[in-house]
Amino acid sequence: MSEADGLVRLRQPIGVTYNWSAGPNATSHLAGLMNGQFVGKRCPSCALVYFPPRNGVCPKCAKILAGDVEVGPKGTITTFCIVNVPFLGQKIKLPYVAAQILLDGADISMQHLIQECEAEDVRIGMRVEPVWKDKSEWGATLENVQHFRPTGEPDRVMGAESGAS
Amino acid sequence: MALRDIAIVGTAQRPSEVNSTFTSVEILLPVIQQLLDKVKIERSDIGFWCHGSCDYMSGQPFSFVSAVDAIGAWPPIIESHVEADGAFALYEAWVKIQTGEVDVALVFSNGKTTSGPIDQILSLQTDPYMVAPLKPGFDALAALQARACLEAGVVTERQMAEVAARSRRDARNNAVAYTKGNESADDLLAMPYTLNPLRAHDCATPVDGCNAIVLAAGDVARRLAERPAWIRGIDHRIDTQRLGARSMIESSSAAIAAQKAGVARDRIDVAELHAPYTHQELLLRNAMGLSESTHINPSGGALVANPAMAAGLARFAEAAESIFAGSADRVLAHCTSGPMLQQNLVCVMEGE
Amino acid sequence: MVGDVFVAPLVVAYPYKRTVGTLLSRFFTSLSECRLEGTRGSDGRVFFPPAEFDPVTGAPLTEWVSLSDTGTVSTWAWQETPVEGQPLGHPFAWALITIDGTDVPMLHAVDAGSPDNIAIGTKVKVRWAQDRPGGVTDIACFDVVGGAS
Repeated sequence: MSEADGLVRLRQPIGVTYNWSAGPNATSHLAGLMNGQFVGKRCPSCALVYFPPRNGVCPKCAKILAGDVEVGPKGTITTFCIVNVPFLGQKIKLPYVAAQILLDGADISMQHLIQECEAEDVRIGMRVEPVWKDKSEWGATLENVQHFRPTGEPDRVMGAESGAS
Repeated sequence: MALRDIAIVGTAQRPSEVNSTFTSVEILLPVIQQLLDKVKIERSDIGFWCHGSCDYMSGQPFSFVSAVDAIGAWPPIIESHVEADGAFALYEAWVKIQTGEVDVALVFSNGKTTSGPIDQILSLQTDPYMVAPLKPGFDALAALQARACLEAGVVTERQMAEVAARSRRDARNNAVAYTKGNESADDLLAMPYTLNPLRAHDCATPVDGCNAIVLAAGDVARRLAERPAWIRGIDHRIDTQRLGARSMIESSSAAIAAQKAGVARDRIDVAELHAPYTHQELLLRNAMGLSESTHINPSGGALVANPAMAAGLARFAEAAESIFAGSADRVLAHCTSGPMLQQNLVCVMEGE
Repeated sequence: MVGDVFVAPLVVAYPYKRTVGTLLSRFFTSLSECRLEGTRGSDGRVFFPPAEFDPVTGAPLTEWVSLSDTGTVSTWAWQETPVEGQPLGHPFAWALITIDGTDVPMLHAVDAGSPDNIAIGTKVKVRWAQDRPGGVTDIACFDVVGGAS
């Protein structure tokens, strides 16, 4: 309704309910998460292992991914940033580290949180492992993993060929 | 500057389904691969890719970005997207080839129409102040138009039923079509109204589907196809978005687009009209001046399979295929968008 | 789960709040006060809801016209099974309605009771909503004047 400037604001919420299908290729990935496993998919053409399996296709080769591949659970940080900016809906105490993690056996990195260490100690090449939430809270989501934490293993030198995304 | 000769040289369509459990990318990829195999070209031969789809259809912001996964965008490609039917992507690709920058373009479109309430989703494109808050479905808006046409004597319920009966019969020969049947117009007229004056058969069947088309210029087109479908005219016109300010009983935008595309210059053998409602086919025939000798929608048309954002490009595919097959020499492909035939794109193609 | 594939409901919703500009602000304010006002174009046509710009010349329209709350149905369709959020929860007619004294019809709902009670030419009258925050839904629907036409 009319505000101080004499102009009307109309509240016009819109909403649509869909029946969302994960697709056959992402289903094994999501089912894996419900069992505490990281399940990716391999491209039949270039053999890259995608975790997560994106839309079920290899975007380089334009081929449907085939064959489940269990990856991780440990991985290596390929890049990271330290988040100091508050925003609407933020659930984690500042500052925190958001990192790209290349799970062992995967060729594409995925984003997750790094906790249980000082933000300033996080570095590229750092070895990390998942900390799972209590099983009672698990669903078909990567949020089953509370965060990743350092394993204390020696750093892995990242080659230019891996985890580029 | 003289216009370049540009033709459709290949098409591929996915058979319609409902409640598909594949993702949009999984639906698209095999169709694009099938098309490349048919035309016998590699992805690297495509100079320009153009995609038509709508995020509202998939309920996923930026779904058109993930759709690029289906075309293998590595090494990087030249790609564009229209938030509209793939027919408008074809128009953009035609312009791109006209610039002389590329000789070959691949156009594709997809719609997972049945994963949401499509009748209400389409209404989200109406005026956000005066119309959308009332939540009229698209079928209801079309029904208002149908009533006006019936009362004015522009169409009859029997003619509408005959359009539906013919479309369902023709659909039996089309693997892509979804709704098929052998009912007579009398059988259909005996059915109850769903949205008086419309009956179920007057409204298109929403389906999940996708399709793809290769466009090529001049000698490249002649090399890629035995009988290319040459685009001789293409035009797009829009009526006012103010529903009440439009004539309900004629389509002035379709009439102008058809005139500019050169429809009347010679006989049209086959017209593939994107008419999601039976009375709209009759309105379009009037607006474009199509005679009895024109075979309307031999594919069954959008009435029997209406993948949102892909049904218009499907008309181009069907019309071009009739040129490829030699069953027609001069064809018309049409795409509409918006409520009550608001937008109309008309294209005339010829075989050599 | 459909077959072997995960399928789940997905709700996408946006809480839009639109600023409607000066002309439509006056219009929606008048609706909330149970008044109908249109604008007159350069060719003399009166628009309700008001046109912001002249359809002929493109100039901003500034001449306001006070209107009565009655109009005439120019086309209609029967919504036998209403969808949540539509103006009425029971079967009703969608109609294009030309408000008396205007030249371009608007879309709204008519609580006609039965498709037998409405036709092109039927006279209708605004039924105001109890709650009028400013918006096209300040008009709850239209009633058929004198009941059945």
